[in-house]
Amino acid sequence: MRMKFLALAAVALLAACESTPNDAANGANTGAQQTSVRPGSAEDFVVNVGDRVFFGLDRYDLSPEARATLDRQAKWLQTYGSVTVTVEGHADERGTREYNLALGERRANSVKNYLAAKGITPNRVNVVSYGKERPAVVGSNEAAWSQNRRGVTVVN
Amino acid sequence: MTTKTRLLLKLAGATGALLLSLGVAAPQEARAELRIDITRGVSEPLPIAITSFAGSGGRDAQMGADISKVISDDLERSGLFKPLDPRGFLQTPDQLRTGEPRYQDWKALGAQALVAGNTTTGADGRMKVDFRLWDVAAGQYMQGLSYSASPQEWRRIAHIVADAIYKRLTGEDGYFDTRIVYVAESGPANSRKKQLAIMDQDSANHQFLTDGQTLVLTPRFSPTSQEITYMSYFNKKPRVYLFNIDTGRQEVLGDFPGMTFAPRFSPDGNKVIMSMAQNGNTDIYTLDLRTRRQTQLTDAPGIDTGPSYSPDGQRIVFESDRGGTQQLYTMSADGSGVKRLTFGEGRYGTPVWSPRGDLIAFTRQRGSSFAIGVIRPDGTGERILTESFHVEGPTWAPNGRVLMFFKDLPSGDGRGRNAKLYSIDITGANERRVSSPVDASDPAWSPLIP
Repeated sequence: MRMKFLALAAVALLAACESTPNDAANGANTGAQQTSVRPGSAEDFVVNVGDRVFFGLDRYDLSPEARATLDRQAKWLQTYGSVTVTVEGHADERGTREYNLALGERRANSVKNYLAAKGITPNRVNVVSYGKERPAVVGSNEAAWSQNRRGVTVVN
Repeated sequence: MTTKTRLLLKLAGATGALLLSLGVAAPQEARAELRIDITRGVSEPLPIAITSFAGSGGRDAQMGADISKVISDDLERSGLFKPLDPRGFLQTPDQLRTGEPRYQDWKALGAQALVAGNTTTGADGRMKVDFRLWDVAAGQYMQGLSYSASPQEWRRIAHIVADAIYKRLTGEDGYFDTRIVYVAESGPANSRKKQLAIMDQDSANHQFLTDGQTLVLTPRFSPTSQEITYMSYFNKKPRVYLFNIDTGRQEVLGDFPGMTFAPRFSPDGNKVIMSMAQNGNTDIYTLDLRTRRQTQLTDAPGIDTGPSYSPDGQRIVFESDRGGTQQLYTMSADGSGVKRLTFGEGRYGTPVWSPRGDLIAFTRQRGSSFAIGVIRPDGTGERILTESFHVEGPTWAPNGRVLMFFKDLPSGDGRGRNAKLYSIDITGANERRVSSPVDASDPAWSPLIP
């Protein structure tokens, strides 16, 4: 998922570089719209909004960065009112399996509750926890673990 | 081998009686009986001579030799026995079948116990295996038993003989005629393929139970039937399921609005206890398999999971972060009388009550390492048995003397993990790899096979 994200971001950046000076002045955000990314699509959400937020060790509260990302997600979801999403909650590998399933569920609900507070109807937001079963980054160090303690909003 | 035919065990009347009466007729001595004190912890394994269970020849001879090997390997793996090299044996299986052991010869080899046996196939195609056990130092016959079964079940017969020897010499029930269900792992770490698999306790007769299309976790055996409860992400909806080993039939358990996980059977096999997570809160529930009634046992805010019944079904141990960090608690079967069990530094999870009732095994996470430990149900006597970068998920052998768990090492970038199964004595001695054809996690030990 992360690889895909990076690849798409790279495409967006490349598109921005190759566009005319006038277009480039609009910034990378709109640059992506000049590629094949369709507004309102899952790709649009990943590239132009940001699909994930990260959590502290054994935490499920939202950092200011996470809130900023979720504010953009809420805005996008208001624009595309028929879209439903699934929030996937994940944990790093440094916990027992069952506890991490519960922790992932907590994290997914933190995201869902924040989106709800921003006006997104809860029945548009499904949650699922993968615990430590689906790391985004493979590795046994804090750099990997901090990327794996995450909530990922997936367009259905 | 999806359907495991029920083994017909028969104590052969005539032979058994004859052998047992021989035992009674043997001269009684005042010395203490040969016995391994397994509560003592690390001690010298008992040297035991196991001769070939060779029959009269042909197919029986080969099967007899194979049976001896399985018995010998079982006893050796327990860490309590040291089977001696058969090349040093001075008395042949034939001589032992027809006559008395030459105790002096066996003593000279260092043997303290001697096992001889015989394998024959009857006109009906059934196999008959008998064995005799002697105390070499005392020059005394100890036990003789006879079993018959279909030849396909030869490994089970060998395990049953090993269990009988283990029991006679330790005073504890054996655990060799058992199976392990576990999660077989393959593929890259970020999209790990996980499937249920089952094998004998000695890794033989391996088979996959699910195809790996769906993520599955934490299988646990029924104490009373050929069924497993586990968690599956079928249709991306994580729920607790029941799997029938004989028929392959799977069914979702209960009708819960949120994710259900961490299932275990009650000791009578009539209920499954599990967790349900909903709206960021995880509580413990039971589902009665006969009435399908769901009962909520905990309602504290926070994570209550990992429930496991005491063998009498009266108490439940579970993990909860209600006190701030993940710790172990016990409560009555109705959810009342909650008591905190662990107060140690670190986080405690995956509690599982011993089938003997005397201990609770757990996973402890402290600093940068994980450990497998045991504690008494009253919260005293906490002991760590093994510690590593990552160990998790203990499961008890049915005699409550041995634990199995999984262990893996740090994964480098882009490399998969490498979880493997291990067993360890509750004294902390005799930690060993349990081989599996692919990587393995979440082991669950079966009861003795009925």
